[in-house]
Amino acid sequence: MSEAVLEVENLRVDFRQPGQLVRAVDGLTYSVDRAQTVAVIGESGSGKTVSSRAIMGLLPPTARVTGSIRFDDVEMVGLPEKVMREHRGRGVAMVFQDPTRSLNPTMRIGAQIREAIQTHGEVSRAAARDRAIELLELVRLPAARERLEQYPHQLSGGMRQRVMIAIALAAEPKLLIADEATTALDVTTQAQIMELLRDLQQRLGMALIMISHDLGLAASFADEVVVMYAGRAVERAPTRKLFAHVRMPYTRALLDAIPRLENASHTRLAAVPGQPPNLALRELGCPFTPRCPNATDHCAEHEPAFEEHEPDHLWACWHPCSDEARL
Amino acid sequence: MSTDGPLLDVHHLVQEFEVRAQGGVRSGVVQAVSDISFALEKGETLGLVGETGSGKSTLARAILQAPRPKAGEVLFEGVDLVKLKGRDLLRARRQMQMVFQDPFGSLDPKWSVARIVEEPLIAFRTGARPERRRRVTEVLDRVGLDPERYGDRRPRSLSGGQAQRVAIARALALDPALIIYDEAVSSLDVLIRAQVLNLLERLRSELSLTYLFIAHDLALVKQVSDRVAVMYLGKLVEIGPAESLYREPLHPYTVALLASIPNPDPAAPRAPVAKTIRGEPPSPIDPPSGCRFRTRCPRAQDVCAAVEPPLRRLADRHYAACHFPVAVDAPAPEASAQEVARAQSGVVAPAAGRTPHQLGN
Ligand SMILES: Nc1ncnc2c1ncn2[C@@H]1O[C@H](COP(=O)(O)OP(=O)(O)OP(=O)(O)O)[C@@H](O)[C@H]1O
Ligand SMILES: Nc1ncnc2c1ncn2[C@@H]1O[C@H](COP(=O)(O)OP(=O)(O)OP(=O)(O)O)[C@@H](O)[C@H]1O
Ligand code: SF4
Ligand code: SF4
Ligand SMILES: [Mg+2]
Ligand SMILES: [Mg+2]
Repeated sequence: MSEAVLEVENLRVDFRQPGQLVRAVDGLTYSVDRAQTVAVIGESGSGKTVSSRAIMGLLPPTARVTGSIRFDDVEMVGLPEKVMREHRGRGVAMVFQDPTRSLNPTMRIGAQIREAIQTHGEVSRAAARDRAIELLELVRLPAARERLEQYPHQLSGGMRQRVMIAIALAAEPKLLIADEATTALDVTTQAQIMELLRDLQQRLGMALIMISHDLGLAASFADEVVVMYAGRAVERAPTRKLFAHVRMPYTRALLDAIPRLENASHTRLAAVPGQPPNLALRELGCPFTPRCPNATDHCAEHEPAFEEHEPDHLWACWHPCSDEARL
Repeated sequence: MSTDGPLLDVHHLVQEFEVRAQGGVRSGVVQAVSDISFALEKGETLGLVGETGSGKSTLARAILQAPRPKAGEVLFEGVDLVKLKGRDLLRARRQMQMVFQDPFGSLDPKWSVARIVEEPLIAFRTGARPERRRRVTEVLDRVGLDPERYGDRRPRSLSGGQAQRVAIARALALDPALIIYDEAVSSLDVLIRAQVLNLLERLRSELSLTYLFIAHDLALVKQVSDRVAVMYLGKLVEIGPAESLYREPLHPYTVALLASIPNPDPAAPRAPVAKTIRGEPPSPIDPPSGCRFRTRCPRAQDVCAAVEPPLRRLADRHYAACHFPVAVDAPAPEASAQEVARAQSGVVAPAAGRTPHQLGN
């Protein structure tokens, strides 16, 4: 058995729409080891959510998934849905951005957690209740016992997100996917929840995929970073290596666009022009060409391959940045 | 009209909302803005941060008299808006514009971009049609949208960044003195956000605008602000020059905010945020006695529950409302000896010269 819990290879997701085909994920390859945290970073529409929904088997019927998703050494693409659900249900859980939409507003917190516990095994009501309290304590929700009787609207946003994490942990997942799980929260609450996720991950030996648009968050919490653009992985490396030796001009642009505390007031941010491409119009060449400061005519015609150019460091670019480069 | 005073001078502003009991939520009065005073100089940018529900938007709306505050004064160019009515208020209001977080929510989907930007000119009966059209072209150009290409488009066909540029163009149409940005770049992607932030900076210097910039991202606020104000549960807890507030935060809540910023340098040392703040925000209905931050503050003492700390000047132009401020380096020239003694009797010795990154991250 390999160290990897999850291996995604050449994953492609197409949405059929009247008169067009949207290629939301285009040849994504990465893997997640046991107890590892991988951050998937990219702008809105880059395919982060669609690729993780593909892993969860949560895409609508209009989606066509090809390539390979191996979870715990079992190939998921092409498996009958029921078998797939069962295998995955036991090993992968997901936490979404908006806890208010994922929780049932008319059901007490306790009942929602018990329901999650009972779908994952035969448990008596009393045992499920005990386990629910245990889970709420695990996610450090104050006054866990009393919370069981409360409804979602009686909790703050941060507390609701803790409940969502408790529900996800009910399955004792080997892999937890957190899709912008802290984006909607206050900065202090975001930091508290991220610290909680990291502790849980280390304590439970769980692998974590953290989906975010925030490279700063990735720098602080991930072991490895995958940067996506227009449905593709464009750069991937262990976190420290990536930040010390950024190669992709797109990653460089993301990093240089983050306001820094050490900047003086009113300093200009390095900003690239334009916006991400329309995924329904597939063009030749590198998708970053119109916005890229390093682009040449060659880039517009030929798509660079996503390859390992330095040990453990993969990127897709004809003219990678040097270590000194800044936009 | 005075010309040498601050552009905006807010005194003891109070805004409250009555809420009715409803499914678990208690009834009572939310003190959304609680006795807040500050001034905004011409050409200055004041950043305003604080967690959700701390009263930032309420403060902004109270300044614009929409709705009118419960108490206090809002002097705009020396004239108290709270006392103005009808036409006079309207005339003052055209000097102040607001840009909101959700660009699509604030743009009428049925209207073309040009019509949206023209709207305030029509509402304020400014100029004849050809003149208004010229103005629309001018401001669209200013925000980097080609009027030929975008004038006829509907909001639906715009990207988030483009839609926000339209909202900014609309705010500029009446040639205001003050623009309030309420989380105006918060929903934009990093790269688009950088473009829009640079645009705001350019407009500010080209048109000598004054900004009140509300956001929850502290690093971003620092980037654009001359001074920064921090709110917690309806109270102004700290206000000061951006440089010194970030280098030497005085209020424990500001310290927690700074410790929460993810540092985009993985090699930087980080201290857990858990050391700087604990627990959950309390209910805005009957907030904690004394200092409202005390239920989450690692430095809280008995006195914090008994006595509300007043906003005190502890360094040059730098004020905080805390009995035991964090970093008081040197006695402020104008602070009384008694004030300084009390400030320095904190449980933790004043930490001199710590940078935000050493405090957190
Ligand atoms: N059900 C669907 N049908 C058609 N297109 C879809 C569908 N779901 C997503 N897409 C498209 O797929 C692309 C990738 O979307 P995805 O939600 O994965 O982006 P993301 O990286 O998660 O962005 P965000 O940061 O905004 O969450 C987008 O262009 C989106 O419009
Ligand atoms: N119209 C209203 N009626 C009742 N309560 C209100 C009203 N508007 C605001 N509040 C309450 O006043 C407090 C301050 O809200 P406000 O929207 O000003 O906060 P904020 O700092 O802007 O938060 P956010 O960062 O979420 O925008 C909150 O407790 C809020 O629930
Ligand atoms: S391949 Fe060319 S356009 Fe694409 S990122 Fe590299 S230099 Fe830029
Ligand atoms: S007054 Fe007391 S409780 Fe409030 S911030 Fe200062 S030390 Fe903390
Ligand atoms: Mg998404
Ligand atoms: Mg607000």
